[in-house]
Amino acid sequence: MTSGVPRAVTAAPAAGPGRARRPLAQRLLARPETGVLLGAVAVLVFFLIAAPSVRQGGSMATVLYQSSTLGIMALPVALLMIGGEFDLSAGVAVVTSALTASMLSYQLTVNVWTGVLVALAVSLAVGAFNGWLLVRTRLPSFLVTLGTFLILQGVNLAVTKLVTGNVATDDISDMDGFGQAEALFASSFGVGGVQVRITVVWWLVFAALATWVLLRTRYGNWVFAVGGDQESARAVGVPVTFTKISLFTLVGFGAWFTGMHQLFSFNTVQSGEGVGQELIYIAAAVIGGCLLTGGQGSAIGPVFGAFMFGMVNQGIVYAGWNPDWFKAFLGVMLLGAVLVDLWVRRTAARR
Amino acid sequence: MTGTPLAELRGAGKSYGTVRALHGVDLAVHPGRVTCVLGDNGAGKSTLIKIISGLHQHTEGTYLVDGAPVRFTTPREALDRGIAAVYQDLATVPLMPVWRNFFLGSELTKGPWPVRRLDIARMKRTADAELRAMGIALDDLEQPVGTLSGGQRQCVAIARAVHFGARVLILDEPTAALGVKQSGVVLKYVAAARERGLGVVLITHNPHHAHLVGDHFTVLRLGTVELSAARADITLAELTDHMAGGTELDALKHELAQSGGIGPAAPPDASPREGHT
Repeated sequence: MTSGVPRAVTAAPAAGPGRARRPLAQRLLARPETGVLLGAVAVLVFFLIAAPSVRQGGSMATVLYQSSTLGIMALPVALLMIGGEFDLSAGVAVVTSALTASMLSYQLTVNVWTGVLVALAVSLAVGAFNGWLLVRTRLPSFLVTLGTFLILQGVNLAVTKLVTGNVATDDISDMDGFGQAEALFASSFGVGGVQVRITVVWWLVFAALATWVLLRTRYGNWVFAVGGDQESARAVGVPVTFTKISLFTLVGFGAWFTGMHQLFSFNTVQSGEGVGQELIYIAAAVIGGCLLTGGQGSAIGPVFGAFMFGMVNQGIVYAGWNPDWFKAFLGVMLLGAVLVDLWVRRTAARR
Repeated sequence: MTGTPLAELRGAGKSYGTVRALHGVDLAVHPGRVTCVLGDNGAGKSTLIKIISGLHQHTEGTYLVDGAPVRFTTPREALDRGIAAVYQDLATVPLMPVWRNFFLGSELTKGPWPVRRLDIARMKRTADAELRAMGIALDDLEQPVGTLSGGQRQCVAIARAVHFGARVLILDEPTAALGVKQSGVVLKYVAAARERGLGVVLITHNPHHAHLVGDHFTVLRLGTVELSAARADITLAELTDHMAGGTELDALKHELAQSGGIGPAAPPDASPREGHT
C-alpha cells in the first residue's frame, strides 16, 4: 500500500496479464483504418470487374496519381482533424501557394526557386495564422477557417487580375530552375514500362512519416490528446497552443507542396480553382476513419480514403460511364464509410 | 505540522475583472497530511485549486512553495515544482490507451533527435508497475481510459501524479461522481498517497468523505475562509454544520417549518376544480 512495496516484484510478472487480451479480430476491428481498408479493397475489386481496362498497369498508375494529388493534402488535414480542428481554407490555400510562386518568379524574373521558397513562407504563415487566431479567440475552427477561406478566395482572384490582367498566371516553363523544380514536384519515372508520377512516391513517404510521428513520437501523443480532450491535455502539461498552431502550419505545408505540384505540372495557375477541394480532403480523412470531433484516427486510413476517391474518379471513366455520377458516388461512399465506422465502433466497444 | 509547508497561500485572492472569486485565503499544505477544502458550489474551491496548480494566477496575496514566493503561468511549471492536480473530469483523455494517458505530457523517449521516439515498452512496463503498486490491475493497458470505471480513472490519474514525483497532490472532487464503493476505493488511495509522505489537498463538498481522511479542514464560503480547523479541534457534526452554512441552515429550517404551515391553505385552492366535475 505504501512506498514499502518492492516495485521490482510487481514489475516482473506485469508483462503477462492475468486474463486473456481481447481477441485479435476484435482489436483489428477497433483500429480506425480497418473499415476503410475493406472499403478500398471493395471499390478496387468492383472496378477490376466492371472496367477491364483498369487491370492495365498504366490505368492503375493514373488512379494512384489521382489519389496522390489529394492524398498528400488529406494527410495534414487528417492530422489536424485528429487534433480536433478542421481547415476550410485548405483548398484555396493550395492555389494561393501556386499563385505566389508563379507570379513572384515571373514578375521579378528570378529563379523559380525564389518563388517556391516565398510560397512556402506564405503557406506556412497562412496556416500559422489560422492556428494562432483559433487559439487566441477560442472560436470554432469552422468560423476561423471559413474567414480565411473567403479571404484567400478573394485575394487569389483580385491579386492575379491586378498583377497579370488575367485570371490565370503566365507560363513559367522557360524560366530558370523550372526543370529542377519540376523534377522534384511533378516528374514521373518508369517502373516496368509504366510511367508513375513522383507524387505517388511523396504521398506514400509522407504517409509513412505521418504514421510514425502519430504513433511513435511525443508530438503524435499530443495530437491525439488535444483532439481527445483539450483541457485534460493542458492540465497534464501538453503544450496545447503549440500543438494546434503547428498542426495548422502543417496543413500550410501540405498546401504548399500540392500547390507546387500543380504549378510545375501545368506551368500556369487558374486563380479561381481550389474551391470545394477542402471538403474533398475532409471527406477523405473522415472516410479514412478520422473522427470529425477529434481524438481518433490514423494517417494510413486517409491514404485508403484518398485511394477510394481516385479509384472511383478514374474507374467511372474506364468503365465508360457518365462522369457526372462521380460526386454522387462520393456521397454514397462517405455515408457508407461513416455508417460502417459507427457499426465497427459499436461492435468493438462491446467487449 | 512543524517546518516549512510544501505549499502555502497567504491572504491569496483572485478577481476575474470586477468579480472577486476568492479573497484573503490562508492555506498550508504539509507533507504527509491531508488538507481538506470544503465549500458549496461557487464558494471558490475551483478557483483555489486553479491557483495552486498553475492554471490561473492569484491577483492578491502571496503563494509560496517551500517558503519562496512563486507565480506559475502554466500547470507545467507547477508540475516541475512537484505540484500536481487531478481533476474530476479533466483527469484523462478518454479515447487514449491507459499507458498513453499515464505518460501524457511526460512521455519517455529514446534515441537522438531526428528519430527520437516513444519508449513504448518502458512506458507500458512502468505504468503497469505503478498501477499495481496502487492496487489496480488492468488486463490490457491498450484499452482506452474511457472504458474504465470512474473510480479507476481517478486512480490512474493519482498513480500518474505520484509516479511523476508529485509532492503536493490536489484532488478536485475525486468522489463527486462516484458511488459509495468507488468513493471508498479513491479515499483509500488518498490515504495511500499520504502514507507515501505527500501533501494532499482534497477538494470536496462531502464532509463525511473529508472527515474520513482529513488532517486539517478549511471551509470556504463566498470566496473567503469560513473555518480553518485541525482534525482534533472539530467534530463531524460541527464540520457538516459549517459546511451547510451554519446560521443559514437554521434560517432554512425555520423557513421550511413555516412552509409546512402553509400546507393546509392548499385545499381551498383546489376546490374550484372540484366544482367543475
